[in-house]
Amino acid sequence: MKFLPIVWRNLLRRKFRTFFTIGAIFFAFLLFGVLMAIKSAFAMGVDMAGQGRLMVIDKVSIINPLPASYEQQIRQIEGVTDITHANWFGGYYQDVRNQFATFATDPESWLRVYPKEFEVPEDQKKAWIADRTGAIVGADTAKKYGWKVGQRVPIQGTIYQRPDRGPWEFTIDGIYDSKIKGADKTNLLFNYQFLRETIPAQSGFRDRYNWYVFTVADPDRAPEIAAKIDAMFANSPSETKTNTEKAFVSEWSKQVGDIGKIMMWIVAMAMFTILLVAGNTMAQAIRERTNELAVLKTLGFTEGRILSLVLLESIAIAIVGGGLGLALSYAFITIGGDPTHGLLPAFFFPTPQIIVGVLLVLGLGIASGFFPAWQASRLRIVDALRRN
Amino acid sequence: MLSQIIAVTGVNIRSIPARFGSSTVAVIGIAGVVLVFVAVLSIAEGVAATMKASGDPGLVLILRAGSDTEMTSGLAGDAVRVIQDAPGIARDSAGAPMTSPELFVVVDHPLKRSGTAANVPLRGVSPEAFKVHERLKIVEGRNLEFGKNEIIAGRAATRQFVNLNVGTKLTWGENTWTLVGVFEEGGSVSESELWCDVKVLQPAYRRGNSYQSVYARLSSPDSFQQLKDSLTSNPQLTVSAMRAPDYYGSQTETLQGIIRTIGGIIAVLMGIGAVFGAVITMYTAVASRTREIATLRALGFGSVPVVVSVIVEAVLLGIVGGVIGGAIAWFAFDGFETATMNFQSFSQIAFKFAVTPQLLTTALMISLVMGIAGGLLPAIRAARLPVVTALREL
Repeated sequence: MKFLPIVWRNLLRRKFRTFFTIGAIFFAFLLFGVLMAIKSAFAMGVDMAGQGRLMVIDKVSIINPLPASYEQQIRQIEGVTDITHANWFGGYYQDVRNQFATFATDPESWLRVYPKEFEVPEDQKKAWIADRTGAIVGADTAKKYGWKVGQRVPIQGTIYQRPDRGPWEFTIDGIYDSKIKGADKTNLLFNYQFLRETIPAQSGFRDRYNWYVFTVADPDRAPEIAAKIDAMFANSPSETKTNTEKAFVSEWSKQVGDIGKIMMWIVAMAMFTILLVAGNTMAQAIRERTNELAVLKTLGFTEGRILSLVLLESIAIAIVGGGLGLALSYAFITIGGDPTHGLLPAFFFPTPQIIVGVLLVLGLGIASGFFPAWQASRLRIVDALRRN
Repeated sequence: MLSQIIAVTGVNIRSIPARFGSSTVAVIGIAGVVLVFVAVLSIAEGVAATMKASGDPGLVLILRAGSDTEMTSGLAGDAVRVIQDAPGIARDSAGAPMTSPELFVVVDHPLKRSGTAANVPLRGVSPEAFKVHERLKIVEGRNLEFGKNEIIAGRAATRQFVNLNVGTKLTWGENTWTLVGVFEEGGSVSESELWCDVKVLQPAYRRGNSYQSVYARLSSPDSFQQLKDSLTSNPQLTVSAMRAPDYYGSQTETLQGIIRTIGGIIAVLMGIGAVFGAVITMYTAVASRTREIATLRALGFGSVPVVVSVIVEAVLLGIVGGVIGGAIAWFAFDGFETATMNFQSFSQIAFKFAVTPQLLTTALMISLVMGIAGGLLPAIRAARLPVVTALREL
């Protein structure tokens, strides 16, 4: 450690170059952080979807709602522990651009099926269950529009219209939050009974739900139970498709398709390029000093010590630049949140990727310092001194 | 002065091959930025181009008031008849209004690229549709026979989804359809869709005699306001009317918003990163020539020619990088067709990456700026080197 001043002086000998090298690395890792958040956003929470939860939708398309009578039939299947349902409402607040996922459901069973994803204080939960026109809203959306518990908010429906064509008025009975990282806290959920009143019986759409979600006691039996349900409703006017929630979410994210993948690819290439430039410069800075290293050797420094001095220098540059980059991107993603304002609700920095980032920083430092230092240490002192 | 500039710059440029390694790194860095910039934005351009191709300015789309897409709209059969009698709509030779009431649903069908189910738009139309949508033409097989369970598929849909060939039987729920033809419509969104007889589709989806939209051809380009006023003031109707280009422009706002926001962030971060990269590369180039530059100065060359020569070199590398990046983007991405989920229509939309000339021009400008920005600081440093110290440097 007594040689730290040497490392420090070496870093400062060309301040300008050190500064810009650190800057380039900084931006490369800033980019890396943003890239990882985009990747997780495009995966749309595939990793978070519950294994123990299954979904049932109409086999032809999710836009065809399933009869309400299916609820009892599914509940009676052995191994099914609980079931809830939802209807896609498609609402917006004041302006059509202010859209967030809104659905009509059964409050009690929904909160039982999603205890961790939708955490609501006990008193708010009670209030919502008892309130026909009540709704709960995610913490993110509540914060965005400044909604408070007890407030009445007008939501314009795009699919379902009120008979008077005015907006739907919901009372915010609760605000849900979730401790799960990357959980979607933008939804608004309200009581299906409120919606049901406005659907004419003869339309054929009353008492029909877009999807069911149910839990099973043993996730290993999920495929078997899914097959049983699909067989039960086969050859009926509403055939079903049952699968794990995870399978549905991943199918959905595949619909978004190549775009996410292409962007990832492109950014990875960009990062690689910047690192190439920065790494080359760092290597160059050491190559320039070959004869200095030879002098150190003459003074009795061992090869190992010279190697570690050089490595320390390049790793220091990588850590300062990369560390700042990762830290800032983390702050940007966590505090700034979704840059598209609600289009990518699951926008967060996944933990495993932070580790990958740190490893990349160290790898850069070692790779860019090791080769020139190794080359220098192998040179005969006489040749190295004569160089340049 | 000028002769000095030319002389020094000439020396610099001719000596680039001698510094091949570091110059290549600079060129690769800038080419990478340009490639990324062009590639990301060509996605947004491609989506926009598809939407533009869809917006026939002579067409008006009528939806239920309050609905922003066909998917969420709904119009009863009676309302459709009232709409058809509205003024401002063109009439065919027999005097019938040129309107096309349509039903828009989605069905699950596997994608070629992943093998998993995705939402394919299925549009029910009546015979009038083929008069209203003038540009639509059958390019394979034949057109629908109305009253039968037959389907025609858009060209782009056949490329994105499995097993959409003429003669294939497709089963959704209790209905089995035969695919009888493939159509094109000048690269518009409808090429991502399947079309069938609306009268067959209505009962299959429990829609009674209801529709979701009415497309109408205007009798003249100026008759839009007349049609719109008459529809919105009619107490029997609660509808909104939009020109087709406006409607399709709004349909991909979300998708384009995502692409452009993300693309913008990436481009800015990368751009700054690349400028830093260019700076250190040029700096290294200058540093390794310190003695050369000092010699020139000692011989009586001014500092301006030295500055100019370094900047010119940087700009040159920038342009070379820009051209290479743009060319790769062009060859790799232009015309590449893929499909994605359009959140607003809740269905797949196929589009081609569009590397437009404007995009390439902007990219070249960026590479130029990066070259100048990268060369400036090292150039000033080179010019301000004290001659004596520099001559002594290694």
